[in-house]
Amino acid sequence: MKHLKSVNRKAGRIEKATAPDVVALQRTGVPQMPHFPLGCSLIFSPGWEADRTGGTAGLCQPVERDLFDCHIGCYWPAQVPDQLNHAPDWTAKCAAAQKDWRKMDLIFP
Amino acid sequence: MTTWAAREHHRFEAAGKPFVYLVPSAAIFELDEAADALLRTLSDRPRTRAELTEFDNVDETLADLVRVQAIGEVAAAARPSPKVIPLAPVADGGAGFGVPLTTMVLNVTNQCNLSCTYCYEYGEDKIVDTANGRQPKFMSEATARESVDFLLREAGDVAHITFFGGETLLNFPVLVKTIEYARRRAAEEGKSVDFSLTTNATLLKPEIIEFIAENRIGVTISIDGPKEVQDKFRVFNNGAGSYDLVAPKIRELLRRHRSRPIGARVTLTSANLDVKKIFRHLTDDIGFWEVGFAPVTTSATRGHAISDAGYDWMLDQFRDLAHEYLEAAVANRHHGFSNVNETLEELHKGVSKAYPCGAGLGLLGVATDGDVALCHRFAGSDTHKVGTVATGIDRGAQRAFLEKHHIANKTDCSICWARPLCAGGCYHEAHTRYGDTGRPNLHYCEWIRGWTGVCLEVYGELSVRNPAYFARFEDEHEASQVS
Repeated sequence: MKHLKSVNRKAGRIEKATAPDVVALQRTGVPQMPHFPLGCSLIFSPGWEADRTGGTAGLCQPVERDLFDCHIGCYWPAQVPDQLNHAPDWTAKCAAAQKDWRKMDLIFP
Repeated sequence: MTTWAAREHHRFEAAGKPFVYLVPSAAIFELDEAADALLRTLSDRPRTRAELTEFDNVDETLADLVRVQAIGEVAAAARPSPKVIPLAPVADGGAGFGVPLTTMVLNVTNQCNLSCTYCYEYGEDKIVDTANGRQPKFMSEATARESVDFLLREAGDVAHITFFGGETLLNFPVLVKTIEYARRRAAEEGKSVDFSLTTNATLLKPEIIEFIAENRIGVTISIDGPKEVQDKFRVFNNGAGSYDLVAPKIRELLRRHRSRPIGARVTLTSANLDVKKIFRHLTDDIGFWEVGFAPVTTSATRGHAISDAGYDWMLDQFRDLAHEYLEAAVANRHHGFSNVNETLEELHKGVSKAYPCGAGLGLLGVATDGDVALCHRFAGSDTHKVGTVATGIDRGAQRAFLEKHHIANKTDCSICWARPLCAGGCYHEAHTRYGDTGRPNLHYCEWIRGWTGVCLEVYGELSVRNPAYFARFEDEHEASQVS
């Protein structure tokens, strides 16, 4: 930081925690939120090579996870059922996408 | 278009430079001219980016201020601090709790040989009926042992025991046995334990002084100052003052007991507010290593309650002493004004409190019958009981207490920049003033903000003139004194 100088220990920790990162489009000064990959592989973005925290735990991999991340946090490139009105229980049997993705039924309108 | 607004902060100047204390993070930053000007402009009212074109390189300055959350977009409200109750089970699913017990205050007796006229124990708070109550007047050796076992069960690797009263030394025999027992049990458990006590010094005699020194017991002496001040309130039940009795005994203690710093703890009242004179006497004439001051806890209607004007005068004197402290600190000399020392430590660490103190959390008080209370000031109270030493901490009661008293519940405090340090103030003070431990102590807000402001200026100036001084605050200091 050019205009502020951290003086006490807490200020030092904030400066360190908000230090600019090399990761993709991560912006500084934005409050840290729970991980939601923003965007998909068409855009060079977090969620592709590193997650919001700079780690790899929240990546859009494996592809089964991708299904949920895109469906909830972004948009699904193909159609998913209307979970608000028409098929609220669509994912009810799918506790963990990596294991249970086969249990999600096809929905016919 | 984005509109920018200042977030909660307190701007202050020290050593001719602008600083900012951020709320609620409690971070302290020094600002350059550009950042200061921009922050002041945005404090005046929110502005759009287009209204800020007069500033050079404004995007860079904005980014720095946004980064530390000194400012933010108007549309995006500052996120409220999460209400985290430290009792929540730890993440690994075990039955563990967030905060171990570190300090246990043992009220070894509720009796006292002095009759200080301002004492809360016999005054407003009515917590314990010391004359006809159901509780024993003295803690038994068995209860003290149980208390030690309780502490060692609940504590982490380090445990502190503070002996308190009444007048602590009225039950000296149990104190001796307790220390012996605690040393042995702690060694068996592989934990370390240390001891301190608070006394009015009337019962100090050579054998006791010898024992205290031998056992490296930390000592806090309750004393109000020179003879005319001390004898105004700190009297025997026949009205006679206690100064002439205690002064030589304290000098003897200070001469013999050199292994731990000995502090004086002064109660300030409307009739006893000459802070600088008291400080001079206790340090220069008597020889205390440090002196801490606290305003008397009492109802507003009592004659000795401090008025608003009294608080102003008190603040002026605290400010003068704080500046003395500052000059000493710049020269790396010791200065015994412990109020400023404690606040500086909290400022340095960037403490942002969810609770005003450790009561009911890392500190608990034990009454003479073994009931566990929030702190020593509530020891013996059924309404503020959070367990017994035999059955352990009542987690339900403790959780209810922590839920109720969290800073997030203190609406009055939500707009105050001093809340990271104050968090509403002493529960016992609130209980005495308002009959409710959950109320913030609104009667001394101005004083708290004034005092915090003074300490910030001292801190800022020290950061410019002698930043190496802060190294002393990096290590955890000893168990805090109990007042």
